[in-house]
Amino acid sequence: MSNEQKKFLRKQRTEKVLVLFIQISIIVGFLFLWEFLSFKKIINPFIFSSPTRIWNTIYTLYLSGDLFLHIFTTFYEIILAFFLGISIGFFVAVLLYEIPILAKIIDPFLTMLNSLPKVALGPIIIIWVGANTKSIIVMALLINLIVSIINIYNGFLGTDHNKLILMKSFGASRFQILFHLIIPSSKNSIVSSLKLNISMTLIGVIMGEFLVSKKGIGYLIIYGTQVFNLNIVMSGIIILVIMSFLIYECVSLIEKRMNHQQK
Amino acid sequence: MNNILEIQKIQKIYHTTNGEIEAISDCSFSVNSGEFISIVGPSGCGKSTLLSILAGLEKPSNGKIHLLEGCSIGYMLQTDSLFPWLTIWDNALLGLKIQKKDTKENKDYVKQLLITYGLKDFVDKYPKELSGGMKQRVALIRTLALKPDILLLDEPFSALDYQSRLAVSDDVFQILKKEGKTAIMVTHDLAEAVSMSDRVIVFSKRPCHLKQIYHIELSNKQNPIENRKAREFATYYDLIWKDLDINV
Repeated sequence: MSNEQKKFLRKQRTEKVLVLFIQISIIVGFLFLWEFLSFKKIINPFIFSSPTRIWNTIYTLYLSGDLFLHIFTTFYEIILAFFLGISIGFFVAVLLYEIPILAKIIDPFLTMLNSLPKVALGPIIIIWVGANTKSIIVMALLINLIVSIINIYNGFLGTDHNKLILMKSFGASRFQILFHLIIPSSKNSIVSSLKLNISMTLIGVIMGEFLVSKKGIGYLIIYGTQVFNLNIVMSGIIILVIMSFLIYECVSLIEKRMNHQQK
Repeated sequence: MNNILEIQKIQKIYHTTNGEIEAISDCSFSVNSGEFISIVGPSGCGKSTLLSILAGLEKPSNGKIHLLEGCSIGYMLQTDSLFPWLTIWDNALLGLKIQKKDTKENKDYVKQLLITYGLKDFVDKYPKELSGGMKQRVALIRTLALKPDILLLDEPFSALDYQSRLAVSDDVFQILKKEGKTAIMVTHDLAEAVSMSDRVIVFSKRPCHLKQIYHIELSNKQNPIENRKAREFATYYDLIWKDLDINV
């Protein structure tokens, strides 16, 4: 290895460390400032809470056994809505691709549904589906499904025209074209729709929990607001931040793995 | 020599919202076994449409195509169209798999082709690891795997840069001759047409009909690169250029 290369690598490493250091400093600094302002009563601790209060609240939740109940409830709903969204989205996209007239017919309806703020449907969903977990899943599906369908369907449409002609010149059936060409060549858009889907699912699940739930992080936040205990609200938000970050990173990791395989 | 393919009075009309477009008005010619034919013509004249019809991808509005019994047609596109997620080996076998002819015997034949044409070490590699010329060779083998008697080549080299183009056209020509295939090539490169073909068919502007057929007789006919040096080369080039009647 030449000296220049070593220098280059060292510089790269230094930068990485520096970025990480600054990121951690920002978090620590933020927490300290928050705690300090709250402690000195510069900001109202009743409204703004403080890191130690949040920590104590989470610890109490943990002791009462409710902490993991809430986390797992929300986690379960996210996973369920995510996989349902991806599977149904994929299936509908295949249907739309294989039956172009169907795609033409429902195109304006898809656009309508896509532009409609799905939260507005919340009250109807509760009445129709019932005040239970099903409503939360339906809410999340409403939000993540359209995006998945449009994303995957567009991936299918982007298939290289020449490769289609090639397959036809071999006399391939529609079924063969779908499985040998359309789906594998849309792998990238399918994978990238996973990422979009998970963000949408998170929104949908929390939205759903706001509307109707007896447990879950969304419930925790709403409950905290209703009894005006901002410590609980803040704790819910902090747990949610960590949770969604971890889930998102997991999906990113899957995306990286799958793209790597394609090489 | 016997006619392997006869094209009789082909007509092709496209229907669009704005009316009808006659892409091919009247086109008839026959192809001898083992012959290399080039089709040239102004751009958009419907030469690629003719190939699509011959390949069975489109139906002619009128006319007939007679293919000698027991003969089959293979189609090679402008781009190599290799699937990036398949290895070279799987790419070469694609046609056989689709037609459910991936028997051991046919697989051995493909393996033999890959070995003969210098791709032995690349069978487990992916297309992006190969040069443009090599990819084109894999595409050719993918078509040859189905053992077609006639090959349709639709501007097969136009995606390559000039140097590779010369080398690859030479390469493909040698392979086709060696495997004893009949070929019909559409090109817009007159030099390519004259240097590779036994006959050059000139199409008119749209609606396209057959304008002229040239039998290319070069003194000391060899491979395409050498043929470019033949005395008669420039004469044919000029004649065809005038036929195309291109006004800028």
